[in-house]
Amino acid sequence: MASYAAVLIFLLLGIGLVLVTFFTARLIRPSNPYKEKNQTYECGERPFGDSWVQFNNRFYIFALLFVIFDVEVVFLFPWAVAFNQLGLFALIEMVIFIVILVFGLVYAWKKGVLKWV
Amino acid sequence: MELTGIFKYLYELLAATGLPEVWVDIIALIAAGVIVFGFLALVALFLVWLERKFAGHAQQRPGPMRTGWHGWRQTIADAIKLLQKEDIRPTLVDRFVYFWAPVVVFVAAFMAYVVIPFGEGLIVSDLNVGILYVVAITSFTVIGMLMAGWGSNNKYSLLGGMRSAAQVVSYEIPMVIAICSVILFVGSLSMVDIVQSQAKIYQWYVFRLPFGPIAFIIYLIAGTAETNRTPFDLPEAEQELVAGFNTEYSGMKFAMFFLAEFVNMFTVSAIGATLFLGGWQGPLLPSWMWFLGKTMFLVLVLMLFRWTFPRLRVDQLMEFAWKTLIPFAFVNLILAAVMKYSGWFNW
Repeated sequence: MASYAAVLIFLLLGIGLVLVTFFTARLIRPSNPYKEKNQTYECGERPFGDSWVQFNNRFYIFALLFVIFDVEVVFLFPWAVAFNQLGLFALIEMVIFIVILVFGLVYAWKKGVLKWV
Repeated sequence: MELTGIFKYLYELLAATGLPEVWVDIIALIAAGVIVFGFLALVALFLVWLERKFAGHAQQRPGPMRTGWHGWRQTIADAIKLLQKEDIRPTLVDRFVYFWAPVVVFVAAFMAYVVIPFGEGLIVSDLNVGILYVVAITSFTVIGMLMAGWGSNNKYSLLGGMRSAAQVVSYEIPMVIAICSVILFVGSLSMVDIVQSQAKIYQWYVFRLPFGPIAFIIYLIAGTAETNRTPFDLPEAEQELVAGFNTEYSGMKFAMFFLAEFVNMFTVSAIGATLFLGGWQGPLLPSWMWFLGKTMFLVLVLMLFRWTFPRLRVDQLMEFAWKTLIPFAFVNLILAAVMKYSGWFNW
């Protein structure tokens, strides 16, 4: 049964089973909400403002780097699978490819992008 | 005793009812899914108990003892408790995103089990893109975490969600490169092919010097980070972020995050056992026992990590991924390629 139908069925089944669990819990759990209980948690202090604000994060640079390297990894997979048939040519080509990428990583490193402030 | 026979018998019983073949397959797949779901729930209950006992003994105390033999009923009681807990939803949350986040996190963890080879013939569907599928599906967890962090409208959740996204995304690259170096030797992405290429113990990829052990260690470190476990558990560092992205969750929704965490830990160990420790291969005992044994061994290693290493700082965490693991993984990949090409240690 090497079929991709399993993926679809597992997706639907996963969502279904989680929703069934939520529904079961709904039947037996108490529900007693009031204003104070439904406040946003901020260590017992009165919460101030929204958290949907702009804040300085360092994460987008890592996200950018990730996209580059992840695309590269996508190229690595078919290379790895077909390596037996391709031989020396594939080996040298991939070494060149990886060296170019590592050069990019070194550049980012030197620029101080990888430093977490 | 092999379990394959039982499932084959049940499948034939189903086929004998005279239903069209499509329906027989669909019912069989649904049954397989329900079995996997039940199995994962049991595994999670067991792992929570084991983690507590391990934590206890690591700190020279017995851990849960009161409920049943060595407290084995403790986690069952906890599961029932969580089912009965009130679901507190803060007024300010983004309802849609807040509701679906735990579903996404759990389903991403659950779907990986389509291709996990529990034993010889004990695989739901041997997809030809096997390992790539696992890598792709498990990274959906990041989206769930970001959804939880953003949807909660809570500062701790948002910071926790952002941190875990940056972390999981960074450690995915060394992990995938380590996996790639194994794929190089197998020449196929199918999980069954990966296991079958390690029939003898000296063929296990951990023992293929010099690239094997390095790839295994990189995989294990990155796997620990992927599952947000100590020493990489910054997203839920209690002292600074309360509980990270699941701060605002309670009751069954919280339980789903918790369940997904332990399922992910089991997945990482199972993939590690498949890729490096020969999967179901082993003498005498039935194949599924070997698989579970190897997986549990890796789970115990992850638990040992948790109770022996202190937590890293954020900057150390990110720099370790980008400045140490990724260069090492690349060098190791080239090493593996040279080894493969030269036929050195090509058993």
